Amino acid sequence: MNVTVTVNGVRYSRDVEPRTLLVYFLREHLGLTGTHVGCDTSTCGACTVLLNGKAVKSCTVLAVQAEGAQITTVEGLAQGDRLHPIQQAFWDEHGLQCGFCTPGMMLAAVDLLQRNPNPTEEQIRHALEGNLCRCTGYQHIVNAVQAAARAMSAAVGAPSGGE
Amino acid sequence: MAVTQVFGARVRRREDPRLIRGTATYTDDLTLHGLCHAVFVRSPHAHARIRRIDTSRAKSAPGVVAVLTGADLEGKVNSIPCGWQVPNCDLKTPPHPPLARDKVRYVGDAVAVVVAESRAQAHDAAAAVEVDYEVLPAVVDMEAALRSATLVHDDVPQNRVLLWSVKGGDFEAAAREPGVRVVRQRLVNQRLIPNAMEPRAAVAHYNPGSGELTLWVTSQNPHIARVILSGVLGLPEHKLRVIAPEVGGGFGSKIPVYPEEAVVSHLAVRLGRPVKWVESRRENYLGTIHGRDHVTDAEMAVRPDGTVTGLRVRTLANFGAYLSTAAPAIPTILYGLVLSGPYRIPNIDCEVTGVFTNTTPTDAYRGAGRPEATYVLERMMDLAARELGLDPAEIRRRNLIPKDQFPYTVATGITYDSGDYARALDRALELFDYRRARADQEAARRQGRYLGIGLSTYVEICGAGPSKVVGSTGFSGGLWESAVVRFSPTGKVTVFTGTSPHGQGEETTFAQIVAQELGVPLDDVEVLHGDTDSILMGWGTYGSRTTPVGGTAVYLAAQKVKEKAARIAAHQLEVSADDLVFENGRFHVRGAPDRGMTIQEVSLQAYLAWNLPEGMEPGLEGQANWDPSNFVFPFGTHVCLVEVDPETGQVRILRYVAVDDCGRVINPLIVDGQVHGGIVQGVAQALWEFAQYDQAGNLLTGTMSDYAVPKAAWFPKFECDRTETPTPVNPLGVKGVGETGTIAATPCVVNAVMDALSPFGVRHVDMPLLPERVWRAIRQSKGGSAA
Ligand code: FES
Ligand code: FES
Repeated sequence: MNVTVTVNGVRYSRDVEPRTLLVYFLREHLGLTGTHVGCDTSTCGACTVLLNGKAVKSCTVLAVQAEGAQITTVEGLAQGDRLHPIQQAFWDEHGLQCGFCTPGMMLAAVDLLQRNPNPTEEQIRHALEGNLCRCTGYQHIVNAVQAAARAMSAAVGAPSGGE
Repeated sequence: MAVTQVFGARVRRREDPRLIRGTATYTDDLTLHGLCHAVFVRSPHAHARIRRIDTSRAKSAPGVVAVLTGADLEGKVNSIPCGWQVPNCDLKTPPHPPLARDKVRYVGDAVAVVVAESRAQAHDAAAAVEVDYEVLPAVVDMEAALRSATLVHDDVPQNRVLLWSVKGGDFEAAAREPGVRVVRQRLVNQRLIPNAMEPRAAVAHYNPGSGELTLWVTSQNPHIARVILSGVLGLPEHKLRVIAPEVGGGFGSKIPVYPEEAVVSHLAVRLGRPVKWVESRRENYLGTIHGRDHVTDAEMAVRPDGTVTGLRVRTLANFGAYLSTAAPAIPTILYGLVLSGPYRIPNIDCEVTGVFTNTTPTDAYRGAGRPEATYVLERMMDLAARELGLDPAEIRRRNLIPKDQFPYTVATGITYDSGDYARALDRALELFDYRRARADQEAARRQGRYLGIGLSTYVEICGAGPSKVVGSTGFSGGLWESAVVRFSPTGKVTVFTGTSPHGQGEETTFAQIVAQELGVPLDDVEVLHGDTDSILMGWGTYGSRTTPVGGTAVYLAAQKVKEKAARIAAHQLEVSADDLVFENGRFHVRGAPDRGMTIQEVSLQAYLAWNLPEGMEPGLEGQANWDPSNFVFPFGTHVCLVEVDPETGQVRILRYVAVDDCGRVINPLIVDGQVHGGIVQGVAQALWEFAQYDQAGNLLTGTMSDYAVPKAAWFPKFECDRTETPTPVNPLGVKGVGETGTIAATPCVVNAVMDALSPFGVRHVDMPLLPERVWRAIRQSKGGSAA
């Protein structure tokens, strides 16, 4: 079956087996390996991407279901040399260790900050419930999301804000 | 250009840009021309005889390249060996065939492998492999296994892997002393699943022209993998290159060499095509090692004033179905020898019985033996305090090794390097406001709220280690570490380390060591690891050894560079090396700061070789191999506050205070991260995690949605602080910090919950302290209304 999607602003059209999961479509058909696979039960969140602006676990979506969609993966967060505030914050706050959960974690955080630009610590911890990290103990991830929230609200009004 | 103090600074990690941009290369991200995909067929039975395997349907399935069973590997892929043959314990080392031959011994034991053009085709064909099993009774419970007529390995009577003991002093005599009370408790340390977020994976590529096999693998120790696989595959070591690319966490589970890695390597040679295998999470739960799984009967002899005079433990340790690479060391030397913890306990008597069962093999999981020992000790400390009516902080204080007694040799024979244990305890109590918290607890009880305060004081024994010592314990390798620090002609620095970090941040901390020592900008230093072709030798990353051992090797290599650079600078400046001062990356003549040259200028001169001292070789690099004289001994105190809801049994952690001492700190940001991650894993064992089998040997918690990997919302913000007691063992004064949290947190939380339950008369509940268990304990204690 043919699937046409726009990923990180680029249009792709590929023939896939109907059973192909979106995560494997991204990784194996498009070579976007920043999106990871950490489980087979839709539990870990390592595969999280933005599908039409909303965070989804790309292991629970068939590629064909994404027909016509706009998708953002970790590779699409930065604008050239300029990191997305969430990336900058994860770096500054040591929000990652092995980095395997990080792409999904950052995209889940972006989704949260779109819905709630100024979340409390508790709201952040709950919003990340679908994303597991075995390394960091989450504290620096929470700090990073808070730092990103501050950076993004400081940038509101600026033309590049929230990109 | 001027570099001031980078050692000790909260430097952002240098590995992060590639990770946050999604451009890092984990094993599964690799693709090679002609790549095909392997999928393993695994046993659904815990114990069964293989009558027949029919691969004909699978072989004719679309896209299939090959289907192999154990018989096809005969004489080609040898048994997977055990790498730690602990002596004097009657250790049994039955063979571990890469694919099961006559029998399968646990659910998940691989019996066949299918290779196909695509991952999906390999999965489809694997489902078409027909295996005729004769199901045998399974042994799952350790005590039952020791008595059972069912043997996991026919030549291992009673399923007994080993019987190991260590004895110091005379426990019996201590227990007989008038007035001494002997506190007894059976303690279960449940089985855990490591759950590195990246499952295991391997990609193998064979070049028939050069005869070289390259294996990319999710390993914490590629050089060890190369030595072992060279033997397993019968390939000379120089024709085998093992690369650990980006590795997504390990926690011990990526130390062992596994059957799949050997089989995939063999397939690449056999098929003449590159082969990839990626574990599913389900396979990870079945086929990757588990950790812990002890049952211990403990006795502590204690005087009325709280002085602990003896500890006796009898421990059963579950090895699962085969001996994994480091497994024999975990419940023996890494457990029994550390049972004194931070205390003066003159009489220790420990006996460990290792047991084979029809379950997934066990091996090192974060802390590896030391969390198990600390759990026993810290629970017994609390039980003793309770029986004597002493405050848990007070009984600990009375038994801590005083700071003026170091180096201190404990009853089990090891010598601790340095410490100020009381200071860490004091600091933790102060931060927690312990006295006030006790008063609040009293007040809350009057309102019907059940708060509990728990402590654990610990010492971690890590930084392995003196090769001679680990060799004497049966390790088939050394545990020194190598480093090369190499300048390029343009003055940039590449560091090669034999350690293999996979999240611990040594690309940053090692760069900090080099930047500090050589006065170069941090961004001019690149740290490389994880490739047996570019790195002389190394023993890997585990056991909190990377910085104390590998970092020291880097430091010493940098010193050699500095010495050579000084000789070149002295020669070119026409003074003696003694007349040079080295400051912020520049040599200058003492008293004449204008006459000098930067280390980058020296480097260029070293490579041009136009004007070097007589007889000096061109180039600028230093190489050092560091074998420490002792282990290092981080320590600390953790305190937490929990609330138990007696109606539901639910436990909530309200506060968690950690004071750790890992010697000198190179990067506080990274140390904090290590502590946080460790605490979460330790707390999770206390409250939620449990790999549970049924009596037939089925893993009931067999998927990630059945096993309680902890989530962000389950924790409060941790309050962390440090004391800093340098170790004399290495010139950096650094100890390890990768496992402290895991070691300290488990007993800390259990002690807190038991403290909360003390008004009900509940003395002990085994982990994990799930609501149901807590609720039942409360119900049973309230006058026998057993639920
Ligand atoms: S891979 Fe784990 S949730 Fe998608
Ligand atoms: S950083 Fe390793 S799993 Fe999150």
